[in-house]
Amino acid sequence: MSTGRSGVEYLSIQEIKGPLMVVGGVSGVGYDELVEVETVDGERRLGRVIEVSEGRAVVQVFEGTQGLGIAGTKARFLGRTMETPVSTEMLGRVFDGLGRPIDGLPDPIAEDVLDVNGEPINPEQREYPSDFIQTGISAIDGMNSLVRGQKLPIFSGAGLPHNMLAAQIARQATVPGKEEEFAVIFAAVGVQNDEARYFRRSLEESGAIKRSALFLNLADDPAIERIVTPRIALTLAEYLAFKQGYHVLVIITDITNYAEALREVSAAREEVPGRKGYPGYMYTDLASLYERAGRIKGLKGSLTQMPILSMPSDDITHPIPDLTGYITEGQIVLSRDLYRKGIYPPINVLMSLSRLMGPGIISQKKTRPDHGDVSNQLYAAYARAVQLRSLAEIVGKSGLSETDLKYLEFGDLFEQRFLRQGSNENRTLDQSLEIAWDILSSLPETELTKIKEEHIRKHYRKRTS
Amino acid sequence: MNTVRGKIVWVAGPAVKADGMMGAKMYETVYVGEERLIGEIIKLTGDVAFIQVYENTSGLRPGEPVESTGSPLSVSLGPGMLGSIYDGVQRPLDAIGRISTGFIKRGIKVDPLPRDKKWKFTPVVKKGEEVGPGDIIGEVPETPLVVSKIMVPPNAKRGKLTYVAPEGEYTIEDTVATLETKEGSTDLRLYHNWPVRRARPFSRRLDPEVPTITGQRVLDTFFPISKGGTACIPGAFGTGKTVTLHQLAKWSDTRVIFHVGCGERGNEESEVLTEFPHLKDPATGRPLMERTVLIANTSNMPVAAREASIYTGVTMAEYFRDMGYDVLLVADSTSRWAEALREISGRLEEMPAEEGYPSYLASRLAEFYERAGRVVTLGNPERIGSVTLVGAVSPPGGDFTEPVTTHTMRFIRTFWALDANLAYTRHYPAINWITSYSGYVETVRKWWAENVTVDWYEQRYQAYRLLQREADLLELVRLLGPEALPDEEKLIIDVARMIREGFLQQSAYDEVDAYCPPLKQYKLLRLFVMFHKLAEEALRKGVALKDIRSLPIISKLIRAKYEVPNDRLELLDELERAMVDTFEKLAYGEKVEVKA
Repeated sequence: MSTGRSGVEYLSIQEIKGPLMVVGGVSGVGYDELVEVETVDGERRLGRVIEVSEGRAVVQVFEGTQGLGIAGTKARFLGRTMETPVSTEMLGRVFDGLGRPIDGLPDPIAEDVLDVNGEPINPEQREYPSDFIQTGISAIDGMNSLVRGQKLPIFSGAGLPHNMLAAQIARQATVPGKEEEFAVIFAAVGVQNDEARYFRRSLEESGAIKRSALFLNLADDPAIERIVTPRIALTLAEYLAFKQGYHVLVIITDITNYAEALREVSAAREEVPGRKGYPGYMYTDLASLYERAGRIKGLKGSLTQMPILSMPSDDITHPIPDLTGYITEGQIVLSRDLYRKGIYPPINVLMSLSRLMGPGIISQKKTRPDHGDVSNQLYAAYARAVQLRSLAEIVGKSGLSETDLKYLEFGDLFEQRFLRQGSNENRTLDQSLEIAWDILSSLPETELTKIKEEHIRKHYRKRTS
Repeated sequence: MNTVRGKIVWVAGPAVKADGMMGAKMYETVYVGEERLIGEIIKLTGDVAFIQVYENTSGLRPGEPVESTGSPLSVSLGPGMLGSIYDGVQRPLDAIGRISTGFIKRGIKVDPLPRDKKWKFTPVVKKGEEVGPGDIIGEVPETPLVVSKIMVPPNAKRGKLTYVAPEGEYTIEDTVATLETKEGSTDLRLYHNWPVRRARPFSRRLDPEVPTITGQRVLDTFFPISKGGTACIPGAFGTGKTVTLHQLAKWSDTRVIFHVGCGERGNEESEVLTEFPHLKDPATGRPLMERTVLIANTSNMPVAAREASIYTGVTMAEYFRDMGYDVLLVADSTSRWAEALREISGRLEEMPAEEGYPSYLASRLAEFYERAGRVVTLGNPERIGSVTLVGAVSPPGGDFTEPVTTHTMRFIRTFWALDANLAYTRHYPAINWITSYSGYVETVRKWWAENVTVDWYEQRYQAYRLLQREADLLELVRLLGPEALPDEEKLIIDVARMIREGFLQQSAYDEVDAYCPPLKQYKLLRLFVMFHKLAEEALRKGVALKDIRSLPIISKLIRAKYEVPNDRLELLDELERAMVDTFEKLAYGEKVEVKA
């Protein structure tokens, strides 16, 4: 972007409301341009132009408008969009929500300076993701496989162990048979201090911290900054993946706080709201984050995303999980019921899904040949068990047939043996599938109609009795 | 045409206002700013034009120039489209990829059709002949699957050919014929332009009596769509809209397929591009990519181009229809298109109707679906072509009462309702057989009778009846438990479950099961209907339900969909005989017991 008027300073603030500030008398200001705002006390904040006409610019101030006055506040238009320095040296470091180091060490030397909004990946240039990532978690590997370049969110609720699960995945994730450079980028968006500390400690304990960069916008940091934090994290991730060849896993928590910041800006602009007051363009906006995951033809690295969001009142139809689910390639849904039963990880497999598992892994036979059939059979059998459980509550077990009772038993085995595992237990895919065969064999062979006969012959445990 | 030059006075997201635009027209294409970004005029007030910009507007400043082009947003129609992937305004993404690796930079100008490529043109008319709109003047073998017919543009006048190029190799810019009309002479090339928001004309509509065979059992057998028909497929996320649409694009028996990815995932486009060149058309054995055109405006690409992408796609589809081909266009998802409409409308500060959508949402949807149809085309020789439209709808929270779903339902005839509860149990395709419907069952009945089997309609009815009775019985079971039902009703639930598993469920990722030919569909269905009749009879003869339930043939019947290869359908007849035998033995065994 070119402009001849960079650095022009204006004192003509006309209006301040919510996170927005209107600057009058401007000329030559561009849409989306970065603005430096200086308070009377000389404190500097950043903002961006979200609407501009001849003589008037609406500026969204990232660090909030608290303490800004109509008189004395200066707005300097910088003639460029928001950019962030990136470099491999940023691994092992901790930054604030705008990308400034907060670990007491000097600024890393920038290898490049990039626009935080990135550019859309050309769909024609995408490489279809098909490298199976083993997370060591049966419910994910066996039934909702994660693939390099995928965006797979965790839908959680307040108080559920999503952070523990995400940290376990970050520690354990490997691509079997491949030892390559990988990195973890962690973007905290409006989370509490101890949650951020938990991640940091978990990365330190596993030694992964050297290959990680943390961007922290904590609960007490400015809300509007949350709109920028994930973009800065993703800009670094893209640089590492597509310029430096790293396999990058990006964890963003909590998207709900991000969406709320978006709503705040929209309300201040007096836009026509969509559902629950969230702006009508929230789908597009969320997509501008999530779609930055992927692989590109001819380039070595990959960018895998695992955004975490807490569903308000555990409601999966709330606009935030709803719009997310429409963009991401599946979702891992956590269940309060399972958590109450003491099952970790409390993954509600029936509502969870990995879209890339079928076309990326199963149909290309990237893992064991029985993987797809076993997964389908587990789903069908567990779904029937759950249905029968609620039926048994009404009519009693005596109202059920012999086969139905076997399904009830299967349901318990599934939760206790397949789903449940330790937060440090790292199962190989083979181990997960063998557990699956153990429990499937509690059902009569004739019930396993989703599995091809050849696999049944090979794996079904015939009872000797 | 005159160009108008104005300047930008306001920028907010994809919307730009420019003044000094007196003389510009609605829906005219304009170049915006110094980088000449593509935009379209969507509102005029005095000399101020409201413009939606098809590229990212970051950095655009008031005072920058805006220039009108004099023509409405158009697509170039000619050889070179098949196998391509375009953005929402017909820019080939592979050409963009050659200029900028990996990412889409803005302001890139590329030709929609390859300009230097030479095509083998064979004329079918002679110098001196009189031709009119839509007449075929020659042919270009574009891919081994599709011969591109070169037509006199529909908006040309009748006249005499004063020149016809001899058979040979031509680029799209070469003149292949000259048409002399009362108004002067026009050079005809291998391509012509057509405005996307105007439906291409045809001679007359035909009845929708030929089904589009998709190879998907629940669709073809229970809820068929005709050639030239319309369907919508609404569903919450994760219910399998995209997979179902991909299945349609892969296996439908139409000559040309358009897949419009409207605000969806980039990896899905990449999936099609990775998979289609390796998949073979079941009818011809050629790679599917040779008959496919992709239009991709992924969710992170500029929102205004998303609005245009639907029109770009359907206009190109009509062009192939005009050649006399059957064309299927799947749009995933029309909700994102409606949201793009809403976003632009919001920036225009129009009075919103339901949920912030503009009041003209319904009429825009109607206009789109009305572009479907099976028609006799314009021009000679007489030919029949069709455009079949299938639109995915992504209702927020899976709620079918929201505006896009409810308005769409008014303009389509086949409704494939996706059901989250089916998807949770991995019953795919998760199409709910109770709430879905098709207005084409009666119209395509004759085709099935003449081309597949006389009693398709009857078998379908019998099977559907079982499924409906199961739904009613399950209500009872929910209150009383399954053991409270009499054996005949338990049997219905058992058989319905067999139909669900062995017929309705179909794996998109299984080599055999992904595509099920019509005759196999019929034979499979017949097996289950016959099983019910035989089992019912056995019950009457005193056979215990328990013994019927433990018949090993049941799992064979359920597995037949993937265990019986599509070219070995005689195995299904054998299975049928084995089933009849089994029941005979069962009944016989019973008799012996009674005698003893």
